[in-house]
Amino acid sequence: MGIRAILSSHLPNGQFGRHSLCLAAVGREHKKLPTLYFDIYRFSKQFPPLLLSIFGLSASDLCSFSFLFNLSLKIMKLDTSGLESAASLFGASSELFDGFATAPSFELPVTNDFDGFQKEAIQMVKPAKGTTTLAFIFKEGVMVAADSRASMGGYISSQSVKKIIEINPYMLGTMAGGAADCQFWHRNLGIKCRLHELANKRRISVTGASKLLANILYSYRGMGLSVGTMIAGWDETGPGLYYVDSEGGRLKGTRFSVGSGSPYAYGVLDSGYRYDLSIEEAAELARRAIYHATFRDGASGGVASVYYVGPNGWKKLSGDDVGELHYKYYPVMPSTVEQEMVEVSGA
Amino acid sequence: MARYDRAITVFSPDGHLFQVEYALEAVRKGNAAVGVRGTDVVVLGVEKKSTAKLQDARSVRKIVSLDDHIALVCAGLKADARVLVNRARIECQSHRLTVEDPVTVEYITRYIAGLQQKYTQSGGVRPFGLSTLIVGFDPYTGVPSLYQTDPSGAFSAWKANATGRNSNSMREFLEKNYKETSGQETVKLAIRALLEVVESGGKNIEIAVMTKEHGLRQLEEAEIDAIVAEIEAEKAAAEAAKKAPPKET
Repeated sequence: MGIRAILSSHLPNGQFGRHSLCLAAVGREHKKLPTLYFDIYRFSKQFPPLLLSIFGLSASDLCSFSFLFNLSLKIMKLDTSGLESAASLFGASSELFDGFATAPSFELPVTNDFDGFQKEAIQMVKPAKGTTTLAFIFKEGVMVAADSRASMGGYISSQSVKKIIEINPYMLGTMAGGAADCQFWHRNLGIKCRLHELANKRRISVTGASKLLANILYSYRGMGLSVGTMIAGWDETGPGLYYVDSEGGRLKGTRFSVGSGSPYAYGVLDSGYRYDLSIEEAAELARRAIYHATFRDGASGGVASVYYVGPNGWKKLSGDDVGELHYKYYPVMPSTVEQEMVEVSGA
Repeated sequence: MARYDRAITVFSPDGHLFQVEYALEAVRKGNAAVGVRGTDVVVLGVEKKSTAKLQDARSVRKIVSLDDHIALVCAGLKADARVLVNRARIECQSHRLTVEDPVTVEYITRYIAGLQQKYTQSGGVRPFGLSTLIVGFDPYTGVPSLYQTDPSGAFSAWKANATGRNSNSMREFLEKNYKETSGQETVKLAIRALLEVVESGGKNIEIAVMTKEHGLRQLEEAEIDAIVAEIEAEKAAAEAAKKAPPKET
């Protein structure tokens, strides 16, 4: 990780100006923040002519600015363009003088132990991706399915969560991980997709939309976001399916399942999958896979929703309660009564 | 009036931005450039002022490519052109990186025009003194396009256009003689338009042809000379045909 330290400096004739001194330190140097001040001091001691010519100051002046450090220390540049409701397409005005838009950023709390701070932040959110979602591409388009249970540890907080998020009429996203994170960033992605459409007079591709989301999530990497989502849609090149997660990973594929119930869903999905399924067969496969996952995984349950994405956009096909699905697949058979034991009369 | 032409950000009482208009003057002093859009090909042509004997002609390329499928020619200040082209090239690659798609001609034109406009609305900077002609093919639909931008940041699509020195006469010629063409016919139309204002000959004209399959191709001097010769022959034949009928009557 690199650090950028921006110092405020006095000009020799007493005016207050600002100079940037970019120290790119390779490695996890940010742990050693307190010693960084001394590093600058030592550095300036070694190369006084260099720094004097830059700042016109003495080395001791430079060290005293360590107190001004915390006013303008920026550890990481986060991509907060997602938080603006109307992100300018040409970037901030600082783009006037260089070719790259500087990402808007905010200051992070200064601590001695940034790693620990990060760990605590993540622990607080505790990514518990208790859910089952799946999506697969087949001949007719993309099938997307999910359960609807939200759990907080052992407590089921809701049985009716909408885990398939409608980004726009031809693109769907699934929710796994932090519900707030998924909902917010999907909605934000919807904004960006719409802006792209308006600016370029054509729809954004699934590739592009998933790339936008992945870039945003990457810039928040390590900050405790918990998102494991699949972006499914239909664009000019046909059906598209991407898996994007909060680690910043992005995978293109034809079959994905995400969540705590995914191993069970994969088992059913992989054994029943064929590329040339019809829409009804594919929907039934998806439904069955979700059902089996909810049967075995405690953190999945509620309603199995199935959506289909075709050339004209997405369409919700069904939403069945998994309890009812259970009795549909395994109807109650009247069991044969065991022959009752007849009391043997005394011999 | 003189008071209103110093700062770029100040309007004059009758609604002019003088610096922008002066930038257009700089464009009018630049090399003549022409662009013609055909059905399957787009052609860019530019006047080549004779290079000094010791100058390496290859280092003076006026028609540049922004990406595999987009090319640009500009009239005006060459140094400004270099900066603008570099920024546009970065944007082309940046777009490929963020949405995994090549840019459309309209997108990159909008970007370049936006950049030119930004410099008309800031303090301490002057506008770019150049107009550009941008050609290319849409990466998916394969439709060819030609766009023009100017120092004010306005842009529009054209079937054929000219900029730089004597652009008015070239545009008039194009308006009179434009028709939907393809392949070699489009090249000939572009050269004929240029020959209106430029001394005839392959060493005074630079032509580049862009097709969907092969991208941008600069024509050799010999090829240009051959086409110029063809055009001259056609013109002579037309002249002769005009003179012949009166004799018959």
